[in-house]
Amino acid sequence: MLAVNLSELLDGPLPGVEEALDLVAGFDDALVHGLSRLGEDRAAALAALAGALAAGPLGVRAGEAAEKIAAGSVADEHLSVLAGGRAALFGAVHDALLGRLDGALGRARGPWEASPSAASPGADNLLAGCRSWLHELAIAGWRGVDHDLVSAADQTIEALLAVPELRRTAVLLDGLAAELRASSPIATMERLPARRWADLWTRALLLSQPGAPAGAPQPAATVSGRLLILGVDVHEHATAVQIQVHAVLEPAGGGTSRLVRASVAAPKVDTIVGPALWRLLQWHPVLLGALAEHRSLDITDQPLLDSGDLVWHDDRAEAGEPADPFTTARVLLGGALAPAVPPLDRHPVRISEPVLVEGYTATTDGGEVTFDLGGQALAVDVERLPSCGPLTPELVAASTACVGLVRWDGGRWALQPLAVQAMVKRKPVTAHNGDWALGPTDPKVMKAEAKAGDSVAVLRERAGRLLRR
Amino acid sequence: MNAETSAWERRSTVRVVPPVRPRKLAKVPFVELADGRLQGVVSSGSDIERVYVSSFTTGTHAYSCSTNNNRPCGALPSGSSPCKHLHLLATEAVLQYGIDRVARYLRVDIDDDAATGAELVHSMNGQVERAPAATVFSRFLRHLNYLEIPDTTTPIPEMHWFPALGATR
Ligand SMILES: [Zn+2]
Repeated sequence: MLAVNLSELLDGPLPGVEEALDLVAGFDDALVHGLSRLGEDRAAALAALAGALAAGPLGVRAGEAAEKIAAGSVADEHLSVLAGGRAALFGAVHDALLGRLDGALGRARGPWEASPSAASPGADNLLAGCRSWLHELAIAGWRGVDHDLVSAADQTIEALLAVPELRRTAVLLDGLAAELRASSPIATMERLPARRWADLWTRALLLSQPGAPAGAPQPAATVSGRLLILGVDVHEHATAVQIQVHAVLEPAGGGTSRLVRASVAAPKVDTIVGPALWRLLQWHPVLLGALAEHRSLDITDQPLLDSGDLVWHDDRAEAGEPADPFTTARVLLGGALAPAVPPLDRHPVRISEPVLVEGYTATTDGGEVTFDLGGQALAVDVERLPSCGPLTPELVAASTACVGLVRWDGGRWALQPLAVQAMVKRKPVTAHNGDWALGPTDPKVMKAEAKAGDSVAVLRERAGRLLRR
Repeated sequence: MNAETSAWERRSTVRVVPPVRPRKLAKVPFVELADGRLQGVVSSGSDIERVYVSSFTTGTHAYSCSTNNNRPCGALPSGSSPCKHLHLLATEAVLQYGIDRVARYLRVDIDDDAATGAELVHSMNGQVERAPAATVFSRFLRHLNYLEIPDTTTPIPEMHWFPALGATR
């Protein structure tokens, strides 16, 4: 990303985005206080949300849902329609933002083509259990959620986790329930993550509609070729971790290079943190080895979803030559075709476009790091540096080049670093999020890890002894 | 409401659950602040098959310790002071959550310079009161069960709401 790209990205607000987010904020406020005691203002907010959808396919039903809820009758169907409406507004915001970003970067993106939906996982009773919990949350409002209401989801979540096809729903509900539990008593919370919890609630309700969720990623092809890694993004809550490797795929037999991702997600517990996280992903040694050793990968017949996600098969990958992600970004990123975004996933939170930024001056002000690129300021999200890797805010502040993901939240664009080249004590240092994928390489961290012991092994031993007797 | 709060409330990816600090898990594999108690599971020092379920109750600071089969802990006759399992539980909870969070949850008044589990226990003045071990033990088994669930390489887009944040380093 050059100064000219950044100025185009930051070139004034996008029409309609602020208005859409204001409508969403009205709905989110209704969820804070609960739909059972809406009051005039919040009823008006729901009507406004429905009004914005009037011209679309949800229009008539959204209007009806807002009216019924205001009148005190909250049916499942009404909630689903309003959740769909809220998601549609975010879909439009997502499209506007991604369009601006693609335009600024000059990034080509493939068109989305609807694939046939997958077969229903056939767990309708479980999904009904999810909907009913989400319904109760909406009635009570976040302020009215107590310990019993949070715990009411425990059994459903446990059952969901046992069904591989429903992992998305399970992981999402588990994350939401943990936050509600940790926040209790919510009634007296000083500030409340209204946007965030409404986001999670909305997505959960969409995922738990009967049958397979419409617009979810579907298998599109199998691909072979050379995979050149750009970096790895790490996601984590108390009971789940996911790594998402961003890479350029050079298809075997030629053709356009494309941006793809490979993900591994594993269940965990809250006490497994830091470099120990990698041990939960150990069944994918070829992928982890390529991250730790900065190698390319040769892949054969790996399934590719229409979202640009490889469904990783470690046994269909082989370690290739050494490959520097900074070189990959410099040489190949500009010409790679970006994947389309499936309808269900269109939310600004998912925007995570890999870029290379260099030639900037990094400045630090009260813990905030900014890259000055040709007179334009690019905010750097230094909170978002995973504890399982070597990147620190200090290293980012000392950096001269950065491979990162462009993200958008809270009304602003920011760069999430995945790797940096920096000068530390006049010596060049390079650090990537995935450097410790096969174990930490920093002697200080190695020592701390050795002292703490292998938390994964300890808990697996306890599980072996106590769960199977 | 100030502008900062309102901006925070309009973000999709804010940290809600405070980070847990890494600690050795061998002696006390499970600690939680839940159900109005600091509760957890302590491995027996002598018998690898046996674990103790120990807890302190919020407010009253009543404490309890028994085996997972609900036999009372031998080191905890009524009227005595907390046994070593309870001390271990408090120590590990302070490592995991920080003393302020544990004290706030239990509603314990601690000295400003208090930093250890021993100081936390010292600041409580509760009595022995049997709490049911079975519930805590089954929550521990549920906790362990997460490590038995296979991983997946099908992407979970929802995890974008849960970025790994590195504040604990
Ligand atoms: Zn005891």
